[in-house]
Amino acid sequence: MIRVLGNFIEIIRGSVITARHFIVNMWFHIVNLLGIKTQRKGAVTIQYPEEKKELAYRHRSLHRLVKRENGKPRCVACMLCATVCPSDCIYVEAAEDPDPEIQKYPSQFIIDLSRCCFCGFCVEACPEDAIRMDTSLIEVAGDNRDALVYDKDNLLR
Amino acid sequence: MSDILIVLFKIMGTLSWFLTLTLYLTWLERKESAVMQDRVGANRANILGLRIIGLFQPFADAIKMIFKEDFTPRFSKKFLHMMAPFVSFFFVAVTITAVPFGDYVKIAGKTVKLQILDFNVGLLFILAMLSLGIYGVILSGWGSRSRFSLIGGMRGAAQIISYEVALGLSLIGLIMVYPTLKLSSMVHFQGEMILGFIPQWGVFLQPLGFIIFFFAALAETKRVPFDLPEGESEIIGFFAEYSGLKWGLFMMTDFMEIIIISTLITTLFFGGWQVPWLAADGFHFPWGGEWLLPHWIVVLFQVGAFNIKVFFFCWLQVLIRWTYPRYRYDQLMDLGWKLLVPLSLINIVGTGIVMSL
Repeated sequence: MIRVLGNFIEIIRGSVITARHFIVNMWFHIVNLLGIKTQRKGAVTIQYPEEKKELAYRHRSLHRLVKRENGKPRCVACMLCATVCPSDCIYVEAAEDPDPEIQKYPSQFIIDLSRCCFCGFCVEACPEDAIRMDTSLIEVAGDNRDALVYDKDNLLR
Repeated sequence: MSDILIVLFKIMGTLSWFLTLTLYLTWLERKESAVMQDRVGANRANILGLRIIGLFQPFADAIKMIFKEDFTPRFSKKFLHMMAPFVSFFFVAVTITAVPFGDYVKIAGKTVKLQILDFNVGLLFILAMLSLGIYGVILSGWGSRSRFSLIGGMRGAAQIISYEVALGLSLIGLIMVYPTLKLSSMVHFQGEMILGFIPQWGVFLQPLGFIIFFFAALAETKRVPFDLPEGESEIIGFFAEYSGLKWGLFMMTDFMEIIIISTLITTLFFGGWQVPWLAADGFHFPWGGEWLLPHWIVVLFQVGAFNIKVFFFCWLQVLIRWTYPRYRYDQLMDLGWKLLVPLSLINIVGTGIVMSL
């Protein structure tokens, strides 16, 4: 009998907790609907396509190839990124650069984003700081596989 | 002629109230659960970009359900399979006839009761129709000719029958106190006062009866703490073989049962359309003040009070559905037969002793 009574009290307490959640959140919803700014909101939800969460400083987003001052890529086609890539999704083709200081430049630089796992090893490996993942573009999507194969023109920015 | 028109108008009004509330109870369920869990809830359905906190969501749901394939399994008993959702829908839908929404309205020299039919046995009628709703459950399990559905249907029938006992017994104390089964006179009886200032509501006269009735009624609605007949995700329920609008009818039946249970609790235990200290001509406060009101404002107060009470109990039932985990089957039977039935018997004996004093 006492156990049943104890269970009953716990049952009531459970509904009081959820009711409190409801009332507190409803209060903040109504206050925000009336246009009054409060410290917290009624829900933790971020309404995604309309409002976006600020990305962290070190967030790894879409790759970009860093340019030199004359607009050419900084990349010297050393192949370190293609070697370190665990998904094997980077393809670099080297060509000779007329400038003896640079010697090589990538005539093709292709990243297959449908295979990329965004681990950031290519950024770590690059000796020239030529590839970075700081574009803050996270909505990488395409209708077919070819749309996800980004070449030098897409990546150079 | 005009009497028939009035009855038709009452039926139309009551049914549209009932079905609109059912439709928006789905919205309430989504939104309330969301607010309880720090979410926002469905708010994307819109008409021409107009999304008023998701108020069009029920229509989107309905359109989706109408255009889904209405699949009948090859092995099912076609006629029974088709009948079952309509049976359970019908028996819940007719119960609304006996519910009093307000006292009466005077229109053009006529006195119109705000109730479709004022039975002498209104309470028994509602209880009988609610129990007949089991046939929908059993028929759907039997007609589907699927083991899972059959077991689910039998489980549902066993649950509803065993809670029917506690439901009926818990009301006997109430019937002893109000010596009537007529719902409108029950509500009138609750308009009087205890000690001159406490409204004589059923919950003050029969607190234990109210608790038993509330638990048994929750089990009747077949929703989460007692959702063994359905158990959509884990233990497959009686409507496993249904799809599209027929499944939607079962779902609507659930929501309509919530409303009916709320109206019953309101009518039997919380004074129905009675507002404390409001008589037919205005407020008469126990400390001597008076506030006389015209007839139509009094009617508005009564209907509004009834609606607010019903909404509150709908809210409470949705809160309960989103708070508790499901009972195990033996726990469910224990609660019904070993706790609620003895308690309601004690309630009857206690009521008898107090009344004979």
